[in-house]
Amino acid sequence: MDKVMSDKRMIALYVIPSLLLILAIIYLPIVLTGYYGLMEWDGISKMTFIGLDNYATLLQDEKFWSSVNHSLLFAVLSAVFLIVYMAVALVLAGRIRGANLFRKIYLIPMLLSSVAIAQLWLKIYHPTTGILNDLLASLGFKNTPEWLADPSVVLGALFVPILWQYAGFYILIYYAAFKNIPGSLVEAARIDGASSLQIALRIKVPLIAEVIKVTIVLAVVGSLKYFDLIYVMTDGGPNGASEVMASYMYHKAFRGFDFGYGSAIGFFLLLICLVATWGIRKLTATKDSIQYS
Amino acid sequence: MRSKTLAACTLILALILIVSACGSSSNNKNAAKSSNEATNSSPEKSESSGDSQAQAEKITLKMMHLWPDGSNSAQNTVIKQIIEEYQTANPNVTISTEVLDTEQYKNKLKVLSASNDLPDVGFTWAAGFMEPYVKGSMFTSLDDLLQGDLKDKFVAGTTDGYAFNGTTYALPVELNIVPVYYNKEIFAQNNLQPPQTLDDLKNIINTLNGKGITPITLGAKDAWTASFWYMYLADRIGGKDLLDQAVASNTFTDPALIEAAKQAQELVNMKAFVKGFNGLSNDEAKSEFMNEKAAMYAMGTWEVPNYTTNPDVPQEFKDKIGYFKFPTVTGGKGDLSDWVGGVGVGLFVSEKSKYKEEAKKFVSFFVQKWGEHSVTDAGIIPATKVDTAAVKLPQMFIDLLNELNTAKKVTLYVDVQMKPVASEEHHNLVQALFGKAVTPEEFAQKQEDVLKAGK
Repeated sequence: MDKVMSDKRMIALYVIPSLLLILAIIYLPIVLTGYYGLMEWDGISKMTFIGLDNYATLLQDEKFWSSVNHSLLFAVLSAVFLIVYMAVALVLAGRIRGANLFRKIYLIPMLLSSVAIAQLWLKIYHPTTGILNDLLASLGFKNTPEWLADPSVVLGALFVPILWQYAGFYILIYYAAFKNIPGSLVEAARIDGASSLQIALRIKVPLIAEVIKVTIVLAVVGSLKYFDLIYVMTDGGPNGASEVMASYMYHKAFRGFDFGYGSAIGFFLLLICLVATWGIRKLTATKDSIQYS
Repeated sequence: MRSKTLAACTLILALILIVSACGSSSNNKNAAKSSNEATNSSPEKSESSGDSQAQAEKITLKMMHLWPDGSNSAQNTVIKQIIEEYQTANPNVTISTEVLDTEQYKNKLKVLSASNDLPDVGFTWAAGFMEPYVKGSMFTSLDDLLQGDLKDKFVAGTTDGYAFNGTTYALPVELNIVPVYYNKEIFAQNNLQPPQTLDDLKNIINTLNGKGITPITLGAKDAWTASFWYMYLADRIGGKDLLDQAVASNTFTDPALIEAAKQAQELVNMKAFVKGFNGLSNDEAKSEFMNEKAAMYAMGTWEVPNYTTNPDVPQEFKDKIGYFKFPTVTGGKGDLSDWVGGVGVGLFVSEKSKYKEEAKKFVSFFVQKWGEHSVTDAGIIPATKVDTAAVKLPQMFIDLLNELNTAKKVTLYVDVQMKPVASEEHHNLVQALFGKAVTPEEFAQKQEDVLKAGK
């Protein structure tokens, strides 16, 4: 096998098919999207080249920027909530009774499709027959909120199911990372007289720094391009109050038949994701990573 | 050397697995498709048998429609029936169907047209929706059918929405108007009569609100439903041609249009609509009416089967439902027999179809058969003329068909009249108007701006 792996032709034979697929399915469309962004195109008839007009309109489009704001808000909140997930994972990774069961409970929402989750939460949020408003009414609240119809609460109302959906995923990642820390390190610290909190903050968390970086990127980029649950639950409404970048792109391209502009938004979304990823890598860069040893 | 052979073998094996995996999945897809199909013979079969027999004879026409068995079983059944009749009459033709939900249907149509792969026959919406397709020469002219087989079969003016520069590119199969349905029992319990004027309606709303009953249910997450209310107010205040002219001339600042927006917000302020209506879908809103939690519901006549023929709805409920015409506004120019409505979907034939003539023949057959079956079997009002004396129908249908005969004007839904970008913005603006996020003046101004942009 070693011989095979050192043969350049064999390596190429293995690598090239998937490379070609990725180029054709991912990178080529990205380039094309940027190119379509330069066009006036309704998706059906002939394209006309209009240079950077779409991008210029984009920079002045208030609705687009409000959707960017919503996406960024989601991204920041998702990143902040990683701390909570980490805390939960820390507790689960410690030897508590039923950790296994809890881990499964947290993971189950992730196994459901976004559409199913959206339908479930649509029922929960229903303004008159939803379980949430029923509960509030029975507690004596008179003016129960119209969760998905009120522009001032709709973003928050959408964020809860999204959090709920992804909690298990991040908890699982952190759990695995914490479990990977050699027990001897923790024991040594305990013998030296470190408290549980100290062990958690000074030893365990720094040791999974690489994992934390990855999850931050996943959470931020995932939120920036988030689409499905919002599409089903509010479709960006009411009046764009819950529009995010991806749903705005969809509306412009597929509802407004403006594929040129939709492509420009898509390309911009990609740029924002790249910048965010690059920024996070820069901010979290450490000179030398801590090793288990 | 041996390890090289081994590597090559594993690679080949991997490729075979991938290819076979792809193959089986596409078979599955076909299987899933053909289970959706109205035809009994699967397309694969007919193709393979075509190899041995004369190939020119057997043809398969592809048809896409938007009435899945689950949600629109009545239409689905009628289509199956028509296709079967056609296949019996033309044994050489197999018609394979693909069925999608409305929104997915719209998206798929767009994707297919971009790849020049439209089905031979399919459905399209009128005016703004089909304009890009017509401009891109995707649909073929159906003028010869209108001059020949189908001459004088349609209700006057119903094919206009599908005509561009005098050429008709699709033929309507549905015609709908929007009455306001109401629950007679709730009205009777509160000593209410169907309203004649907007003030009557406001009194009804106040009475019902006093009793803790939701007056009107509305699912404005699907903003076109709120647009009905706005359109009627505009019509009753400004007269029957106001909206058509506004869209045609790209101006939306007529005082009557602003007044209509004010009245709409007035209704919202009175809590006329169900709580949280801007976050409810039309289906959720509809269930409030079907569960008798709300007294009124304005929706197209496609809902009438639910109040007459649909066997899944209990008879006691059907007996409670009536309809009234949208009330007039004192001092307004509109008439009680102006309707908001319009043709629904129409059949097109793809310009790129290999069997254009056969497809046209099928469309002609379909439209005529649809006219015979749709109202009696599925409760859909066809765009072709119906002789109310000759058919046996529930009273509500007869009444509505007669309303159509005496209608002064049917204003085509404004969002359908507008071009795609303006239409999308109209939906946003109506949500904003009903959610009180914009003033009536801003509403009108923004609508005008986007109309003027001309997209």
